[in-house]
Amino acid sequence: MIAFDRVSKRYPNGREALSNCTFEVHTGEMVFLTGRSGAGKSTVLKLIACLERPTRGTVVVGGKNTTTLKARHVPAFRRHVGVVFQDHKLLADRPVFDNVALPLVVAGLPFKDMDKRVRAALDQVGLLGKERLSPMELSVGEQQRVGIARAVVSKPPLLIADEPTGNLDPDLALDIMKLFRRFSDVGVTVVVATHDLHIVREFAQRELVIENGAIHGNVGGDLPSVIAVR
Amino acid sequence: MSVTGSRHVHALIGSLGRLARTPFSTTLTVLVIALALALPTALRLFVLNAQAATGGFSNAIDISVYLKTDVPLAKAQQLEHSTRERPEVGQVELITPDKAMEEFRAYSGFGTALDALKENPLPPVLHVQPRADAQTAAAVESLRRYFTAWPEVDLVQVDTDWVMRFNAILAVLRNLLLIAAVLLGAGVLAVIGNTIRLEILNRRAEIEVTKLVGGSNAFVRRPFLYTGVLYGLCGALLAWAIVEIAVFVLGRPIANLAQVYGSHFALQGPPIDDVGVLLATGVVLGWMGAWISAARHLRRIEPRA
Repeated sequence: MIAFDRVSKRYPNGREALSNCTFEVHTGEMVFLTGRSGAGKSTVLKLIACLERPTRGTVVVGGKNTTTLKARHVPAFRRHVGVVFQDHKLLADRPVFDNVALPLVVAGLPFKDMDKRVRAALDQVGLLGKERLSPMELSVGEQQRVGIARAVVSKPPLLIADEPTGNLDPDLALDIMKLFRRFSDVGVTVVVATHDLHIVREFAQRELVIENGAIHGNVGGDLPSVIAVR
Repeated sequence: MSVTGSRHVHALIGSLGRLARTPFSTTLTVLVIALALALPTALRLFVLNAQAATGGFSNAIDISVYLKTDVPLAKAQQLEHSTRERPEVGQVELITPDKAMEEFRAYSGFGTALDALKENPLPPVLHVQPRADAQTAAAVESLRRYFTAWPEVDLVQVDTDWVMRFNAILAVLRNLLLIAAVLLGAGVLAVIGNTIRLEILNRRAEIEVTKLVGGSNAFVRRPFLYTGVLYGLCGALLAWAIVEIAVFVLGRPIANLAQVYGSHFALQGPPIDDVGVLLATGVVLGWMGAWISAARHLRRIEPRA
């Protein structure tokens, strides 16, 4: 599903965020990206979502090479990737329902089918009943969960998340990760960047450790998780 | 309804709602557009009405064809008939020497002094008025040449009255109208383009998120295009209203003025064709202004992490 081949990313200000990363993620796998802040986890996620393009090397997602992807094909590509950011990026001028429904509107789903799907997504994150509220009326944790609902509502084959449990209490964080694992069980490829080592330990999934822009460890799901401490 | 249809309806209604939510700034922008569109419309209306008015003054252009004094009456009448046959001629009147003498005696004040004349020195005259649509300098000139060609004609006098000058002024105004229309049209494009640019800036967050979840460029652009169209259409409607109000207000005084000049002229509002063109222009300018602005500014907005 995802293949990084000797990928390097250098930003215009000269900072080398990633150097020579090579790894693969298979369809239906769930992978954690761990590492310290600034190690390059967010960059990897941005490259996967085609929000950035690599300076060197190739990134292939779902069979598509993001470097050669034409601008007019990018929207279709993004419709197949559910993205959860650290900053939830909800629109404050409309209710939760509209925020979550946006990917469905973009995909052209008829309005009558939207209701069911939005409610189902909100139910999965435990926010059923809050559709009519404005995001401003929710707690930070609830806002984060709305962002997750929006990412999953269109049932994308690939889900990437940058610190999705950062604002959640440990029980809720666990619930959300279980949700992600359920997605992975039904064939969704899930890549989660997190520093919550407790979660990582708990879930014993495959783990990619990133440090200083390089892959420092590629720990398989069947081995005991080794958390790299730097 | 198909998906595409419902997307367009959705975008249109969304844009309508957004405009309604900021009534003050929307009204100001619509007013500017309306004024820009009303000016060429009013100018064109002026030209149309002026043309209609001078149509009513068609008896002001007068060609006097003086025949030689020895032309017999029968020949003069024959000439009168053949003149009447010509397509550009509206009215012909033959003034025989006797009739001319009577008029002269009545209007000149010489009265009895004329009795001293043994012979009537006055020639027969044909008063010719060209038809209303043949009152251009070229048509009148061709008529003059036609009469001059007759052997019986002594003198052709064309009364190039103020009406001819007026027609010439109208021709200049028509060109001015074209220039004004182009300039003001560009102005409308600029106003709408700028308004759309500001709206794009204000809705930056929404645009980023929409692009993030995979909204195509057409999807993101559509509501802004509809906003442009709505501004253009409302501006055109308001321009129409402004012109109609002006016509209403000026109606009475202009009718009075016309009566003083002996005409039954009444100020006409814009014909339905012109209104159609006005509304269509509003819509097209609105769409174009929005498209140009949106294409430029939307391209720069991409989702950031």
